[in-house]
Amino acid sequence: MSSRIGISCLQEAKRVAIFGGTHGNEMSGITLVNMWTQNSAEIERNGLVVKPFISNPRAVEKCTRYIDTDLNRAFTPENLSTPEVEGLPYEVQRAKEINRMFGPKGSSNAYDVIFDLHNTTSNMGSTLILESSTDLFNLQMVHYIKKAMAPHTCSVLLNEHPQLKYSTTRSVAKHPIGEYKVLGYSTGVEFPPCTVDVFRVQERMDYPRDTNGNITAMVHPHLQDCDWEPLNRGDPMFLTFDGRTILYEGANTVYPTFINEAAYYEKQQAFMTTCREILAANAIRKAFK
Amino acid sequence: MQMDRQSHLWRNAVVLPAVSRVAVCGGTHGNELSGVYLVRERLKRREDGTEPVSVVAVMSNPRAVQLCVRYIETDLNRCFTRAALRAPISEASPYEMIRSQELNALLGPKGSTQAVDLLCDLHNTTANMGLCLITYSDRDWICLHICKHLQREMASTPVRYVHFDIPLNEAYSLDSVGKHGFAMEIGPQPHGVVRSAIFSAMQEGVQLMLDWICQFNSGTLFEGGSVDVYTMVKNIDYPRDPETHTITAAVHPDLQDRDFCLLHPGDPMFLSFSGETLRYKGKEALYPFFINEGAYYEKGVALSLARKRRVEIPSVRSETLR
Repeated sequence: MSSRIGISCLQEAKRVAIFGGTHGNEMSGITLVNMWTQNSAEIERNGLVVKPFISNPRAVEKCTRYIDTDLNRAFTPENLSTPEVEGLPYEVQRAKEINRMFGPKGSSNAYDVIFDLHNTTSNMGSTLILESSTDLFNLQMVHYIKKAMAPHTCSVLLNEHPQLKYSTTRSVAKHPIGEYKVLGYSTGVEFPPCTVDVFRVQERMDYPRDTNGNITAMVHPHLQDCDWEPLNRGDPMFLTFDGRTILYEGANTVYPTFINEAAYYEKQQAFMTTCREILAANAIRKAFK
Repeated sequence: MQMDRQSHLWRNAVVLPAVSRVAVCGGTHGNELSGVYLVRERLKRREDGTEPVSVVAVMSNPRAVQLCVRYIETDLNRCFTRAALRAPISEASPYEMIRSQELNALLGPKGSTQAVDLLCDLHNTTANMGLCLITYSDRDWICLHICKHLQREMASTPVRYVHFDIPLNEAYSLDSVGKHGFAMEIGPQPHGVVRSAIFSAMQEGVQLMLDWICQFNSGTLFEGGSVDVYTMVKNIDYPRDPETHTITAAVHPDLQDRDFCLLHPGDPMFLSFSGETLRYKGKEALYPFFINEGAYYEKGVALSLARKRRVEIPSVRSETLR
């Protein structure tokens, strides 16, 4: 990194939203947003509008992931532009509503930052999910969060894969970020150049299945709960119900994550593979008017 | 000397009918996956067995299994009271009410001589309970001996006997349909997930149960001894907002995952979202279980509390000719 790299001046972030209940059964976010809605003292910051918001209230009411379709896959250009007619799946209607309130996605009126809070049945620990390797604001913010949370570790998952990227609730904002824990921000400060260790999404690995589509094996006990640990060629990956071990045959070492997430059985995903990467970010500061 | 002792035991053992017909049920809750996959495997391989025991594998709630939800309209495992089994049903009745009567016809009728000899209903819990045999009797020698056998043979899984003191008429769960019955409950496992270590433990538990039954039916004498029995005393709900009824605290980190560790008056029980510790206010030290079971939020149960006592069990053998 050259010391002659300039400072990037970015527009001030004025409006931030914190979403919980994008999936109605992921309780931490729902509880936090309800708490902060009742008493916002903890999330208030000078010069900033911070709005806590329940994304999928009907799913929260039923304590289920979604009513008709996964809200966190519903923010596609097609859905957002489709005309408002009767009989639209609930989550498509809701996506359009959220896009009106916090977007429109891609416009200058959109909220600056959306933090979308989730839980997982996998052993990922605290993870921040990024969708872009070039969003300087998000990279610097993630770097700040990781430092602030130390010694508690926080992993960063980069989902920039052209086929595997999906249209998330948070993508409505200018700077979307998923699974965030603590917000700290001071105005006017310059953040020096930094690097961020990330895990870049490679591919989705499904369970072995029979002709009826039922899974025929489980995540191997040696892989279960080993999110972010290296998986090498020849390592155990699945254990069939009749006791046979299936090995990982990939050529390169990968770092699996989302290992055995309940909601992904129906999405044909036992775990995701990632590779390690270091992203560099320029220094940033607020652009002066 | 040995011969005398053996004869003595033989003559003084409690003699019980053979356990000839066994039902292994899974998917009573459609998202408790160990049992779903265990029953699926048994059905695939048609492991019925013959002498000395015949085993039928049953998927209790196939529609809920298909959708991977606990139930479609109402909790199937609360539909086996005498009243529910006798209630007139129509096409408009809740799916699970219709299904419970079907299962009662298949595996019961409850309380009759045609019922299966033993019904083992497979469940998972999000609570850290290890393996529990949950039943309505604290003097069913067959169930108690099976528990003792599992405790002896399962090295890495804690095995416990949990007793709900409810008369048979009011017993509401599927296992009450068999002449002998229990739920085999294993946790912790999130609902909708199958964890290989938990699956293996359940598979081992079922195998050991069937092994014991085969040996029993073949005339083996099982020596008596003692078993610790946890008898359910009461449930404790989460603290809730009086207006909205939403929960205002979570199970305290000092209590989370400490199933069957004695809870004393004054011990931390809940941590409110505003950071306040709420303590156990009961007068008697009791054993908590089903701590933070996901499916029980809607039933108003944060944890259950039990008394522990040691139960003496006699030697048993089956009614075979010597």
